[in-house]
Amino acid sequence: MSVISPKKALLALLWATLLASGSALADLQYNMPVGVTPMSQQIHSLHMIVFWIVTVAGIGVFGVMIYSIINHRKSKGAVAAQFHESTTVEIIWTLIPFAILVAIAVPATKTLLQIEDTSNPDLTVKITGWQWKWEYDYPKQGIRFFSNLSTPQDEIDNKAKKDKHYLREVDNPLVLPVGKKVRFLTTSHDVIHSWWVPDLGIKKDAIPGYINKAWAKIEKPGTYRGQCAELCGKGHAFMPIVVVAKTEKNFEKWVAAQKQKEAAAAAASGKSYSKDELMAMGKKNFVAHCAACHQANGEGIPGTFPPLRQGHSFSASPTMMKDLKDLGFMTDDNKIHMGPIKNHLHIVLHGIEGTAMQAFAQQLNDLEIASIVTYERNAWGNNTGDVIQPSDVKAAR
Amino acid sequence: MTTAATTHAGHHEEHPTGIKRWLFTTNHKDIGTLYLWFSFTMFLIGGAFAMIIRAELFEPGLQFVQPITFNELTTMHGLVMIFGAVMPAFVGLANWQVPLMIGAPDMALPRMNNWSFWILPFAGAMLLSTIFMQGGGPDFGWTAYAPLSTKYGPPSTDFFIFSVHMLGISSIMGAINIIATILNMRAPGMTLMKMPLFVWTWLITAFLLIAVMPVLAGAVTMMLTDRHFGTSFFDAAGGGDPVLYQHVFWFFGHPEVYIMILPAFGIVSQIIPTFARKPLFGYSSMVYATAAIAFLSFIVWAHHMFTVGMPAAGELYFMYATVLIAIPTAVKVFNWTATMWRGSMTFETPMLWAIAFVILFTIGGFTGLMLGVVPADFQYQDTYFVVAHFHYVLVTGAVFAIIGGVYYWLPKWCGHMYDETLAKWHFWLSAISVNVLFFPMHFAGLAGMPRRIADYAPQFQDFNVVSSIGGFAFGASQLLFLFIVIKAIRGGAKATDQVWEGAKGLEWTIPSPAPYHTFATAPEVK
Repeated sequence: MSVISPKKALLALLWATLLASGSALADLQYNMPVGVTPMSQQIHSLHMIVFWIVTVAGIGVFGVMIYSIINHRKSKGAVAAQFHESTTVEIIWTLIPFAILVAIAVPATKTLLQIEDTSNPDLTVKITGWQWKWEYDYPKQGIRFFSNLSTPQDEIDNKAKKDKHYLREVDNPLVLPVGKKVRFLTTSHDVIHSWWVPDLGIKKDAIPGYINKAWAKIEKPGTYRGQCAELCGKGHAFMPIVVVAKTEKNFEKWVAAQKQKEAAAAAASGKSYSKDELMAMGKKNFVAHCAACHQANGEGIPGTFPPLRQGHSFSASPTMMKDLKDLGFMTDDNKIHMGPIKNHLHIVLHGIEGTAMQAFAQQLNDLEIASIVTYERNAWGNNTGDVIQPSDVKAAR
Repeated sequence: MTTAATTHAGHHEEHPTGIKRWLFTTNHKDIGTLYLWFSFTMFLIGGAFAMIIRAELFEPGLQFVQPITFNELTTMHGLVMIFGAVMPAFVGLANWQVPLMIGAPDMALPRMNNWSFWILPFAGAMLLSTIFMQGGGPDFGWTAYAPLSTKYGPPSTDFFIFSVHMLGISSIMGAINIIATILNMRAPGMTLMKMPLFVWTWLITAFLLIAVMPVLAGAVTMMLTDRHFGTSFFDAAGGGDPVLYQHVFWFFGHPEVYIMILPAFGIVSQIIPTFARKPLFGYSSMVYATAAIAFLSFIVWAHHMFTVGMPAAGELYFMYATVLIAIPTAVKVFNWTATMWRGSMTFETPMLWAIAFVILFTIGGFTGLMLGVVPADFQYQDTYFVVAHFHYVLVTGAVFAIIGGVYYWLPKWCGHMYDETLAKWHFWLSAISVNVLFFPMHFAGLAGMPRRIADYAPQFQDFNVVSSIGGFAFGASQLLFLFIVIKAIRGGAKATDQVWEGAKGLEWTIPSPAPYHTFATAPEVK
């Protein structure tokens, strides 16, 4: 009797699953999105074709099996037949799958060749993956910027209510025009990433030393979200992609505004600032660029990412300990210490070879780096009183 | 006084007892038992990692582990399950069953057999110890893609490399032993085309192992020299190529996945005819299909890496070659179905696992076909759709077949029948919960959830909640398996020699439990 009840439970569950998947397929959320480019739509229909083929095949094979399970059982007095070979049957059921495969391969080949044709683009965007952010470069337009996750750490740590676009929001989205053939060139600065926006039907690995090509012609304005698809380290879940597609006119407006913004940022780096101003900017920039590893409280992660808070103990691999001591950032009893400003700037600008510490020289401007270094030297009770101006950073570059 | 003399007369061969029996044993049955217990231990450890992963993914946000720990857990879960649980389980079953099925007294190379087992606990312990090392354990996935594993890997990566080498040596020695046994020690009259399917699939698997484990060794050795000896095999900045690593890895990796499924085909091909009371349909086509799958496994590796940016011609070739695998696989499924057709079936626990295997493995095969279609793969690659696919073939495929095999042969090993009611509970709980666990992952992946992420956007939550509940239930159900096996070892209804009414083959001609030494004189096969 105890054996019967799990069977009933299975039946109930099967029905629930069938009903759920039935309604599920009608809803975009449960299935591959149709997307907004000709290629994503072709991919979707290919996906559905193969899905229905395997569904029918499954019903056929499982149907025969279930019929047999119900009828050919000993308890119903079935006597086993003893046939065990038929070359004809074997040949038939080798040829049928072959024919089905050919039927799948034909449309798949057509779609693939279109996907791979990246010639004659109207616009080119170079995409570089970094741990853990995306850099977008429009070489013709002379625009270049980084796109960072904009979800606050408090939401990730369950200290604040999660936004609707939790983990799928960025500070600077990739802006593209609709109706134009946009070519994407993907590469990476460090490890392998993968740039994936389901609605565009594009997933392309960003690999150091490679430039991969993909293209999209977006049909309607809107916001399309995706994220990194290749494991790239501890921030892998936290490097989303947001694409904003605008009409051609609005795109041109955005290009002009963006150029102005970048010019203004360059001009701001030519000025001097008070310590309070630098600390305020520094805190914001630290959270955006440094806190993923060194943590917002400056305490780092034991064994991997050194703390920045003075007096905090740290131990890691011998090479990392030697680097920290040589640069003057660690005392002999393995406690963090604020070393010389010159070395501090050098680390932030050029990174530390062979470790996860990145070179920020290309990523951040003079003002951003000045504010971050000022912040690090005075926050969390470090209180060195040091103030670093953009001009100091410029000199150190 | 007189009885003492008679007992002395029926003297048994001396063999050590206690710990020494297990340390120094060269007996295929003892070594098979060791492999199986090792495998089950690793299955529970790897399963515990999976439970933490499912707990963390129960809802968005970080609750239990930090992302870096999460990455260590996914890496360790994969490595432990593949190299610690599934592969050793099959070697354990081969150790027990291959000599019994071909009428051999033992394995061909008994001392090497001892060594190939005893490497495993040390390699496994070293691999697990990395979790406690400074800088944490390997956190780059079981695939260990460069440069994440080379330039950016934690210091413990070197221990990972060392243990992979040791596991590889163990596998290669095990494979050599199985080939030597099958080719040299078959009973008179046991021609190749009379061998039970389990023996056939293992023979082919063993050749795959010998072919590809050295390739993995090469990949991790290049990783080691890149890390410490100034080479740049995988470093673009030094003139190397990160994609080369993936090619080398998957040249090992694809045959590897068949190493984990071919013996499962063999087990199921033993179980279904027994409980259908009907000979296996299409024996020779089963053998050819297995060989065809093994051959194809060498020429399809790049379908794991369609998004790396291959030329269109390369993508087309790998797509065509990949979907071809569907043909021999379909032939196998048709043959199993035809074996059941007009049989006289009963549904003891091994048969239930075998039927579940055929249905659920086929679902994994269907998604495999979908994944082989390159344009669609661009959307599936690296999502939970892939996670669902390979868990259907590896858990409801390989693991289900292993569990079915254990129930099938357990009475022969320990001489007692297991508790049929409890075993049915174990089956139904597992079969239901495993689908609750893995089926929603298809939807999560299609909806856009990448794999290997510690935290996710709220729109994926529903699927993850269901998966996690299924996961906890599936994990808990396996403790019942442990209980059932121990219960059967300690007592239970006496098993007959044939154990199952429809069982055919040499292993069912010897007493249950199987004596310590069997087939000292080779049986005659007609």
